[in-house]
Amino acid sequence: MTANPTHTAIATDIVIVGGGLVGGSLALGLARHGVKSTLVDRLPPAASISPTFDGRASAISASGQTLLAAIGLWPHLAARAQPILDIRVSDGPSLLFLHYDHRDLGEGPLGYMVENRHLREAIAAEITTNSALINVVAPATVRGFHQVADSAVVELADGREITAKLVITAEGKASTLREAAGLRVTGWNYAQTAIVATIAHTAPHNGIAHERFLPAGPFAILPLQGGHRSSLVWTEAQSRAEHYLALCDDRFVSEIAERVGAFLGELSLVGPRFSYPLGLQFAAGYVKGRLVLTGDSAHAIHPIAGQGLNLGLRDVAALVEILVDNVHLGLDPAHPTGLDRYERWRRADNLLMAGVTDILNRLFSNDIAAVRLARDVGLGVINNIAPVKRFFMRHAMGTVGDLPKLMRGVGL
Amino acid sequence: MHLVALYRLNKPFSEVGQHEYTGLITVGFNLMIVQPPPSTSVLPDEVAKFSAIADEWWDPQGKFKPLHKFNPERIRYVRDSMAAHFSRDLAQPNPFHGLSLLDVGCGGGLIAEPLARLGFNVTAIDASDKNIGVAKLHAAKSGLEINYDCMPPEQLLESSQRFDVVLALEVVEHVADVTAFLNTVGRLVAPGGALVGATLNRTLKSLAMAKFGAEYVLRWLPIGTHDWRKFVRPSELAAGLRGSGLAVQDLKGMSYDLFRDRWLISDDLDINYMMLATRA
Repeated sequence: MTANPTHTAIATDIVIVGGGLVGGSLALGLARHGVKSTLVDRLPPAASISPTFDGRASAISASGQTLLAAIGLWPHLAARAQPILDIRVSDGPSLLFLHYDHRDLGEGPLGYMVENRHLREAIAAEITTNSALINVVAPATVRGFHQVADSAVVELADGREITAKLVITAEGKASTLREAAGLRVTGWNYAQTAIVATIAHTAPHNGIAHERFLPAGPFAILPLQGGHRSSLVWTEAQSRAEHYLALCDDRFVSEIAERVGAFLGELSLVGPRFSYPLGLQFAAGYVKGRLVLTGDSAHAIHPIAGQGLNLGLRDVAALVEILVDNVHLGLDPAHPTGLDRYERWRRADNLLMAGVTDILNRLFSNDIAAVRLARDVGLGVINNIAPVKRFFMRHAMGTVGDLPKLMRGVGL
Repeated sequence: MHLVALYRLNKPFSEVGQHEYTGLITVGFNLMIVQPPPSTSVLPDEVAKFSAIADEWWDPQGKFKPLHKFNPERIRYVRDSMAAHFSRDLAQPNPFHGLSLLDVGCGGGLIAEPLARLGFNVTAIDASDKNIGVAKLHAAKSGLEINYDCMPPEQLLESSQRFDVVLALEVVEHVADVTAFLNTVGRLVAPGGALVGATLNRTLKSLAMAKFGAEYVLRWLPIGTHDWRKFVRPSELAAGLRGSGLAVQDLKGMSYDLFRDRWLISDDLDINYMMLATRA
């Protein structure tokens, strides 16, 4: 316990619980606009930077990159990010495939692959730089939460209490605050596990991201910076995933090679394997009084389209825009006009993406002949009609819909 | 699209049944029924009496939620027009530092507090001592220094105090003598200063939407709350302000967007509108 008897109460305007990719970005977005926050995390700041903590890489859409630039993270990442120049989607052994080439749009890369550990490092560095505006309370575990007139109180396990005008949770899928506030979630498990690993390969990836629809689920090969490393997201039936995860490195790599094919040359494993159970989870409401949900605490979706973090970043951009506006009007940050707008804005967008990923996963994670024929014809149609294809590409780039200002490169 | 307009009641909060408070209501300031101002300091035993009402006034998710929703756009209009008039940079903290502001008919302080946070030196008056009690209590909780007083604006005229900014928001439609009231608040504006007025227009649309829509159809307000005949046309508001030596600079409407559930500043003056006037 780190309780300091002389500091059992902290009073602040905005408290963010969860200092991960979403919570950290949110604190930085506010700080960029002169708005102070208190950031609570269960781990000490250094712990999450370790390479074994998070082995995932994230596909950052073009609009996500615009946000990262606006909140000061991109200079840390530019040299370590891999531009995605081309996306190739294929249906197992079928010859029909969908091919998204960034030159079809002529607007720069479709997105970037960024390793999560690099994102975490960048966030930690910027939080230190902005320490005058971001008060970090870590390590600290949240035990409970209650609301009184004019404020909300976050109770920590060590007995301290943080009183705030607004409490934002970015705790992830399992959120203590969401439970404490009685905000319900709906969802289901996919009986699938995502196996995540990084491979090195002798042939260059040329900035091409591949998604193969195999009967057990999508298998993604995502290019990492340097040309000879890729991040794999291998969706496997839950029952068989444990078997693959338990294999020795040589056997594991040969299972991977069977799915990747020969085009990347010789493969070898880099770093540990990670696994994540897959499910869809959606909060019925994003706002309860002075509590706001963001990121995975509000919506956890299938990684089939690589959109989980992008949705979280859209939450960040929307909430920063709204909170900065409230503060610049002299209003309570939890003013309902803004929070209602956030809920309406983000819930519709997140629900759409949750629905699309759910349908894609159901459509592609099977080997039924009729379904297969229909989806292959569908991919072929999309690939051959230019305007339809551009529409899908712009979706992948995250440049459609009612985008927050920070994702359009517009100042607040 | 317009749905309903914002109102003030002609009676203090305490006289209105709680069940009636489901709509856009703020406690009224009626110049002609001003009672002698009671003691303006908050006594300890008064605090308990006010705190329950204060929590209601200031609970953004509570009964006054529709009023809280209306507020940001009014504040935005005041903030942006004052930043332009006084050449203040809104990117700076306390952008209005050094400027005095008078809020006439301040209610529980929903406008006074945000403007104090933006740097104005705020004086706020209301005819209801309950409102002033609520406002004082809440400002203390918020750590803001605001000069609240229960008095009519005429009383301020007797002093030599004049203000860089005077606000008369949703007040004009409740006074018996509009011309006299506008003359009074207009004369409280210091040389080089500005006044922002907001009220309801007297049109067929406001009769349909604000009177029948809000009171009879939506039941947001008790039937008989408003007297449409007392609504003020922009030309009448402008004439009254000119009479006090002000020059009208800008006129904007407030519209309710049903689909986005938001109030927005617009060019539609048929129901709610705001006017900016300045003194040379």
